[in-house]
Amino acid sequence: MRQPDWQIAAGTAPRGGDAPAVSAADIRALLAESGWLAVDASALSDEDDLYAAGLTSHGSVNLMLALEERYGVEFPEHLLRRRTFESIAAIRSAVAGLLDGAPGAG
Amino acid sequence: MRAPTPDSLPAMAAEVAADAAAIAGRHADSVDREARFPAEAFAALKDARLLGLMVPRDFGGGGGGLADAAAVAHALARQCPSTGLIYAMHQIQVACLVRHGQNGAWHRGFLERLAGEQLLLASATTEAGIGGDVRSSACAVTGTVGGETGDAFRLEKQATVISYGAEADAILVTARRTADSPPSDQVIVPVLRGQTRLEEIGGWDTLGMRGTRSVGYRLVAEAERAQILPLPYADIAARTMLPVTHILWSSVWLGIATDAVARAAAFIRAEARKRPGTPPPGARRLAEATAGLQAMRGMVRGALARFEEAADDPDRLTAPGFTVAMNTLKTEAAEMVVRIVGQAMLAGGLAAYRNDSPFSLCRHLRDAHSAPLMINNDRILGNTANLLLAHRDNGSLFG
Repeated sequence: MRQPDWQIAAGTAPRGGDAPAVSAADIRALLAESGWLAVDASALSDEDDLYAAGLTSHGSVNLMLALEERYGVEFPEHLLRRRTFESIAAIRSAVAGLLDGAPGAG
Repeated sequence: MRAPTPDSLPAMAAEVAADAAAIAGRHADSVDREARFPAEAFAALKDARLLGLMVPRDFGGGGGGLADAAAVAHALARQCPSTGLIYAMHQIQVACLVRHGQNGAWHRGFLERLAGEQLLLASATTEAGIGGDVRSSACAVTGTVGGETGDAFRLEKQATVISYGAEADAILVTARRTADSPPSDQVIVPVLRGQTRLEEIGGWDTLGMRGTRSVGYRLVAEAERAQILPLPYADIAARTMLPVTHILWSSVWLGIATDAVARAAAFIRAEARKRPGTPPPGARRLAEATAGLQAMRGMVRGALARFEEAADDPDRLTAPGFTVAMNTLKTEAAEMVVRIVGQAMLAGGLAAYRNDSPFSLCRHLRDAHSAPLMINNDRILGNTANLLLAHRDNGSLFG
């Protein structure tokens, strides 16, 4: 009777050739404007730990809302966990999966 | 010496705790009056091996789960809420170590000592100048005179509250990972009595929960880096400390409410015997309090079941829906205990209002009022409000 626990949509590669328009640079820019990090986002690599860079759970909720607004997607409950927002690469992958219509998206 | 039997049920844990609970009850008034540590009850808890209840049997512990610890905290709180709350706070620290400290040699050795010597663990998460946000630290793990990168570290914290700090054998302290880390990048580390200097700041003369002696300290520790739990505190907090805290605290408050309703019921029955056929005037309030108690008990048991279902799945434990559920347990249970004790007081009337009556609810009332303030309900509601922006409740009966 549980809600199905989908495997990580964030980890799946975008299907098809029409790769969605989300880049690490976009996300880095969004983070740089936000003020949710304690460091300069432009200095972060794609794999750097955003929590170590000062992202809080409060900040991650606002980050999610900003991503939803920016890309016109909605994060389903199963993507709302720490890992989804742990790095620029993880965020890019999650948003790409949503734009590509991964299970549970929208 | 009785140890919890293998695969013990929560009811059995509470039974093992019965002697300690009775002792806690005998000293509850003196603990409250003198605002002192409930030493007699903790000696009995150690004799019954209940401080190591949740330590796996491989390490010499009781092998119990969170439901067992909740049952013991509840049984103790019915007799002496300060004792129940100290037990709960100890088990919160144990849960963090058991769930996140089984890989390192130091931590495995510490779990064995914890069970073998029945060590009492306290916590130093709040800090001066931080405004009560336990997910933020000013202090940091730094090097010692031996250098920044040596095996030893130094940590100095202005801890606004360390409950029963003077009696604890070890204290779990939060701090920034390094001197350069942002306030939210925290680690948690158990430091031992011999590694730690405590200077008391201020006293503890409060309305209730007086036996917890939750005074402030300047804490200075020098210890081994191997003692630092490897997982970031943010993860430990989300997966273990937050849900376990709210479940065990709520179990303590349920214990207070349970005894308050029992005393009110005893009073109403005594009144009814004096005038058979005429319902005592407080009888309806007793019915009201009983309804609240039933709802509260259901809520605590529901939260326990929810935790146990998600316990081994980090993704479920860090999902907004789970955190919302645990936050809501805390804020709601804290309101309920105050309301239920108030209703029981109305049922018992002057007999409950007196300090010197067998139906007295004065200590219950004072202790209950700590519940909404321990991590202020308003702070938690604000946190929940933020999480609700992300949480999508699927609305189904069984979630």
